[in-house]
Amino acid sequence: MSPSVDWAALLPQIFLGGGSLVMLTLGTLVRKRAPWWLPNVLGIGLTLAAFGSVVWQWVRVQDPSRGAFSTIAGTVQIDGFAVFLSGVVVIAALLALVFAPFSIRRAGLPPEEFSVLLLLSAAGGVTLASANDLIVLFLGLEVLSIAAYVLAALDLRRAGSQEAGLKYFVLGAFASAFFLYGAALIYGAAGSTKLDSVAAALAAGAGSNARGMLLAGFALLLVGLFFKVAAVPFHAWTPDVYEGAPSPAVAYMAAGVKAAGFAALLRLFAGTFSASSADWRPAVAVVAVITVLAGSALGVISGDVRRLLAYSSIGHAGFILVGLESAGANGTSASLLYLGVYAFMALGSFAVVMVMGRDASGSQPLAAYDGLARRSPWLALGFTLLLLAQAGLPFTTGFWAKFEVIGAAVQSRTYWLAAVSMLGAVVAAFVYLRLVVRMYLVRPGADGDALASQKSGVGLADDSRSGDEDSDSRPPVAVPRSVGFVVAVCAAVTLFFGVWPAPLLNLAGDATLAVLGG
Amino acid sequence: MDVVLAAASTPDFPAVLVAVVLTPLVGAVVLAVLPRRSSMLQPVAALFMLAAAALVAWVVVDYTAGAGGFAYLIDQSWVSRIGFSWKLGVDGISLFMLALTALLFPLATLAASPSRDRKSYFVWLLILEFGCLGVFLALDLLLFFLFFEVVLVPMYFLIGQWGHGNARRSAVKFFLFTMFGSALMLVGVLATAFLHSAAAGVPLTFDLVTIAESQVISASAARWAFLAFALGFAVKVPLAGLHTWLPDAHTDAPTAGSVILAGVLLKLGTYGFVRFGLYLFPEASRFFAPLMLTFGVVGIVYGAAVAAMQRDLKRLIAYSSVAHLGFIVLGIFALNVEGLSGGLLQMVNHGITTGALFLLVGWLYERRHTREISELGGLARPAPIMAAVFLLVTLASVGLPGLNGFVGEFLVLLGAFSSHRWWAVAATVGVILAAVYLLWAFGRVFWGRATGENAKLPDLSWRERLVVAPLLALILFLGIYPRPVLDRMEPSVEHLVQHLEEHAPSGADSARPSVGQASP
Repeated sequence: MSPSVDWAALLPQIFLGGGSLVMLTLGTLVRKRAPWWLPNVLGIGLTLAAFGSVVWQWVRVQDPSRGAFSTIAGTVQIDGFAVFLSGVVVIAALLALVFAPFSIRRAGLPPEEFSVLLLLSAAGGVTLASANDLIVLFLGLEVLSIAAYVLAALDLRRAGSQEAGLKYFVLGAFASAFFLYGAALIYGAAGSTKLDSVAAALAAGAGSNARGMLLAGFALLLVGLFFKVAAVPFHAWTPDVYEGAPSPAVAYMAAGVKAAGFAALLRLFAGTFSASSADWRPAVAVVAVITVLAGSALGVISGDVRRLLAYSSIGHAGFILVGLESAGANGTSASLLYLGVYAFMALGSFAVVMVMGRDASGSQPLAAYDGLARRSPWLALGFTLLLLAQAGLPFTTGFWAKFEVIGAAVQSRTYWLAAVSMLGAVVAAFVYLRLVVRMYLVRPGADGDALASQKSGVGLADDSRSGDEDSDSRPPVAVPRSVGFVVAVCAAVTLFFGVWPAPLLNLAGDATLAVLGG
Repeated sequence: MDVVLAAASTPDFPAVLVAVVLTPLVGAVVLAVLPRRSSMLQPVAALFMLAAAALVAWVVVDYTAGAGGFAYLIDQSWVSRIGFSWKLGVDGISLFMLALTALLFPLATLAASPSRDRKSYFVWLLILEFGCLGVFLALDLLLFFLFFEVVLVPMYFLIGQWGHGNARRSAVKFFLFTMFGSALMLVGVLATAFLHSAAAGVPLTFDLVTIAESQVISASAARWAFLAFALGFAVKVPLAGLHTWLPDAHTDAPTAGSVILAGVLLKLGTYGFVRFGLYLFPEASRFFAPLMLTFGVVGIVYGAAVAAMQRDLKRLIAYSSVAHLGFIVLGIFALNVEGLSGGLLQMVNHGITTGALFLLVGWLYERRHTREISELGGLARPAPIMAAVFLLVTLASVGLPGLNGFVGEFLVLLGAFSSHRWWAVAATVGVILAAVYLLWAFGRVFWGRATGENAKLPDLSWRERLVVAPLLALILFLGIYPRPVLDRMEPSVEHLVQHLEEHAPSGADSARPSVGQASP
């Protein structure tokens, strides 16, 4: 007997997954005649349709008379949490597609494969976000990841890209094995793969006679998912992949894949395993602190902008873990908010990184940004805003994300975690300042870092820098309209909801209410 | 809480404080759309600052002290889900901080104009004023934190982009030091709000008055929270030991930046101690008072000693700020009416005198391109007016009776002496030292024989005289007749001291230090 299917619940997957498969099939037939932009436009259309269905789902879920619902014998659950994170994944794919043409044209990425893989990966992400069963969760995780491995290696002409793909794949497959083993142990301990049954079994004390199995299951699941969200010490792949992979793919990874990975972490640990939170919270707390501190500290010493942003994304993962650690509705909504606003910061930042290009060795040294404020003031302004938001400055969404996460930690009385994370945020602020200094305060061709203390006789005749000096030989950075659009949208969202955060906070709050409250 | 609200006067123009805060921000937006090389940039920026100053002047005149509560209250919910509201209000404590800010910004703007990138320079100055005004008016913990933190960004760019010397390094140092301080403050803000809502059984709120008046947080938790706040303020003040960013930032900043840094930004810290230390955590403030007083005294003596050794005139003034701010901390943590009023008055005085000193040094530097004391000399002959102004300001800074510095310093010492005698005695040493190094520097720069370029130094221009004139007038006015200021301050200060006595009686505590001090 086949279970009943509520197709409305699967609309985003149909648009994303189904659409990408149709595109792939058609592509093999008409490839020769299709212009390069067609797959991109089709991809944008499909993600827009998926986004529309996500919005429709949100309205349905938030309607008090209808509420969350599940389908396919309860293995897929459409609730506020699932819809919120599906939205984040879809937006990540959408904006990555919007600014991808630049990369497609310059680096010669195969346009069709890029769109198809991105849509497929997003379909996996949406599945992951709405999974209510360990098997479906794994299915989503694999679809998400395998497409992402190929995306990382898509820039076939560059060895760095292939290296990124291979590293990501090998380590990712390893992590998937951990996850699967963990899922099997949980099944063994709880007697079901369905998350609500597992939660009920745990609450009824199912773990007591198979405690070792349960704890091992937690540990293995955590390892597998920590890898996906790039938490220290499972982060080693991140800088290499972020440096080597094509920028639109990286932007999608930082925003979308991370959100999907956290969807699994939050759904499993803050949701299903909340009855045993005493068992896993210490582990998450330790990893969160290490991740915040290491991510920030390693950013200080990295000399490549992509690697720097990779470490910064690791640091952000640490903050989101702080939200997970507090193991409650507030922590979950804080993590959701963080994922939502970070998606925009990451997409905008990597769009800027993309137009700044690579040097001969395929990297992007910090010096590429010297004097950018003079050459391309708007680009520099947008990037600065996104960086300051990542540093958590007030009147940006980044502040509210940190505020909520730290607030959740304070509310659960884990003061040490809140305090250490905030100190990590100061170190991270220095990382972003390194770039801002480059853009605004360093003349191109001048010496290095702001802190490379060149102790000139303090306060003595150093007015060589005054006087109008527009004598930068380098031309302004050519910013295509699509990239400008993405950076502007991301910066506008970051600033607007930074000043008026109420809708965002309510959105993230409503997202968790529909799961944990109902 | 009822007492406080009842004390609020009924203003004719209730939204005046919103207008005060937003005027500079509107100015920044207007300036941002002007063409880059427009000659109207400086006048327009000054116009908006003067408009804000006019509004503040109206508030100062219109303010009736009443029982010391907050006036012109505006309370508009911003994010109702977390109880965060746009709550502004002014009382006798913040009134003159507001006035100082509104006065110094237009003067600093008119005093000097950078040679490049003038548009962004004035935009940053306006945003900086927005932040500073917001800090002094915010009556919501979170709103205060937002303003307190946002001030960093414009100041960072002002120092880094238009500074001298090692400006980049100084800017980054300033940013990181201050951000380090406020990082834990956010944890403190959150902890205070959550603990209050849990203990009082009310929904989450960040309202300062509600939390401070209820005093439901346990003493030990309040002490930790106080420390989290205090670290943020201590870096900003800065207390001795956390001050290393200050000489660099002050020296390398452009003139306007130095004036605002010394005149307004340092006061964010001392004001924070009064408003969010003493008022919010009275018991913890009394508990930590001996520690804070010690920091204050160390700052006075250390700042004076190091200032005496400086060869750079601007650096000397920067270190003298450390000493002066030590005095202010001494007054605040004397925890009585005299000390607090003296500290508050001294905050205004220091803003006026040090602001004026930085203006003068900035003008001197424009003319001579050096600030080395050894290379200057005999300037009184070619520039008598500059010398006279400099002398007057220096004497005010030293605390000569009849000028503004005296009143504040006297009240501080009076207050400190009556509650913590030995700290006051140690602080008096600083008064003497300050006289030594400042007058010594003045003598070396302005007296003696002028040679070479020194002999041809142009005197203050009319524009410069006009800029510094209001400050001189205030130096004399506050020195001779400080009553109007003290009258407006006192009810609020008394209210605060009463609040302290109510929640942390001084009787048990005042015995302790004298016993402790008797043994050595």
